[in-house]
Amino acid sequence: MSKNNIIIYGLILVFGIGAPFLFPAYKLQISILWILTILALTWDIQGGQMGYNSFGNILFFGIGMYVCSSVQIGMFFPLSEWTASGGEKTFLHTTSQYFEGFTYGLILAGIIPAIVAALIGYGILGLRGHYFAICTLGIGIAAGEIAGGIELIGAGQGMTVPPWPKGIGGTELRSQFFYYLCFLTVSITFLVIKWIYQTRFGLVLNAIRDNEDKAEAMGIHTMRYKIIGWVVSAFFLGIAGGLMGNMIGYIEPTEIAFAGSTYGVFMVLMAILGGKGTLWGPVIGAAVFHIFKEGFWTFFLGWQYVALGALIIVIVIFFPEGIMGWLREKYPHRFGEVVDEADRTAQVELT
Amino acid sequence: MGIILEVDQVYKHFGGVKANENVSLTVEEGSIVGLIGPNGSGKTTLFNSIVGTHPIDQGSIYFEGREISALPVPAIAKLGLLRTFQQTRIYEKLNCIQNMLVSSKPENDTVYNVFAKIPEELTEKSENLLKFVGLYQKRNLRAGDLSFGQQKLLELAMALMNEPKMLLLDEPTAGINPTLINGIIDRLIKVNKEFGITLLVIEHNMRVIMSLAQKMFCLAHGQLLAEGTPEEIKNDHRVIDAYLGVQ
Repeated sequence: MSKNNIIIYGLILVFGIGAPFLFPAYKLQISILWILTILALTWDIQGGQMGYNSFGNILFFGIGMYVCSSVQIGMFFPLSEWTASGGEKTFLHTTSQYFEGFTYGLILAGIIPAIVAALIGYGILGLRGHYFAICTLGIGIAAGEIAGGIELIGAGQGMTVPPWPKGIGGTELRSQFFYYLCFLTVSITFLVIKWIYQTRFGLVLNAIRDNEDKAEAMGIHTMRYKIIGWVVSAFFLGIAGGLMGNMIGYIEPTEIAFAGSTYGVFMVLMAILGGKGTLWGPVIGAAVFHIFKEGFWTFFLGWQYVALGALIIVIVIFFPEGIMGWLREKYPHRFGEVVDEADRTAQVELT
Repeated sequence: MGIILEVDQVYKHFGGVKANENVSLTVEEGSIVGLIGPNGSGKTTLFNSIVGTHPIDQGSIYFEGREISALPVPAIAKLGLLRTFQQTRIYEKLNCIQNMLVSSKPENDTVYNVFAKIPEELTEKSENLLKFVGLYQKRNLRAGDLSFGQQKLLELAMALMNEPKMLLLDEPTAGINPTLINGIIDRLIKVNKEFGITLLVIEHNMRVIMSLAQKMFCLAHGQLLAEGTPEEIKNDHRVIDAYLGVQ
């Protein structure tokens, strides 16, 4: 690892660990930033590295959210009575029940969306380009409508998530706990994805993006790689969903869980803003986007979506390759693209 | 020498267009075979049929004695039968070395292999093959920044990286600077002699194909018109008529 890298990782680690103390008022906002970073990073596996623009990745986020809280509740109490009665009024988790349920809930929130991704992926990853995009868009919207019709998980009314146990510290500890859990999850997600991009798997994803027919002609079973890529995305998205549901404390099918028009779009925008197809792009994109978004909501209330729309237009026109893509054009040497001008212009000779 | 590829009475129609009509040909292991014919005579369709890009309507194709006409593209490639494209197909946003690395044939697709770091030897092998096609200096350039001719050379190197038993080359010298063509002929002969790869070559440049091939097939209107040594083909009136039009 180079010196610059150590400084960058060190700064992020210091910020990540110290933020709750340095900016206590923004703890929840920074927690959400970590969630958004996971959304952007996992979207970029398909949209950036593999060239499959998915507008339905929110599906896994929502499934993770519902699975996590359903497990948390269902392990100890009848789920249908919980959702019918507004939950926490009748039943109360003890401290140990809460954490036990939450642990299993988060694990399954990763595994079940991953399985769903494998099954759906097998069916639709054969579609290419716009057809894949439209298909995933439909799946994302359908999921919200379907969830809104299932009584067991509260249907359109939504469901409450087990509240923080009373026995231990109050809201301060709660927000601290979720903050660090979010930071831990985003760190693991980042490291796993970083490692994936250094392997043959990462190269194959890029090959699929650049020319899938060629990849097949070279003997690569592209379908397998596409499915595995989607499974990895779904796993981390599901966990992020489980975390998000617990942080908010309340799950609603179309506005929070399968929020295609907000988080579903945001994940695409963040990756594009930061630079899709790069490791750091989604991270930078998420940070910049979150700051702008919160700024708009604070200063342009009532016009926030107009301002956001204007931002999107600016991104697409002036940074079509994203911030990282723009930096890469300007400072190719920083990105390890050391190409001698002599090499670039050299004539090929075969003697 | 045995027969490595056998195309047996293959038919392929696109609607009313008879792209391949009762085409039969055999390629001997270790040889260089040429495939010529006027534009639209079904040469590339035949390549697509062989490597499984589209299903054939009738007939059979055998590679090393094994029926492959129903196999999907990657499965056929894994058997060691690769093709290159007339319009180059490379991974344009990856650099040349990465293009080469991703083209190597992993021993198997187990999870461990797929998620393992790429071994150093492969980089070395990539560099050597890039040297072989004269692209070593360009190794860190993005493949999309190469000229068309250079991309063709890269595509050849990528195919060699995969260590095939047989290569189907679709116009390897089309669009290439004439001064390089002799070099390419020389490389293709080396590929055949030293790497032991059987070649089936589509080519319009008669000088190239006559100096490469030991045997030639000529297609016209989807049908096999003639076969024989380059000498026989050159003097075959049907071939001359097909190319130049009947006087």
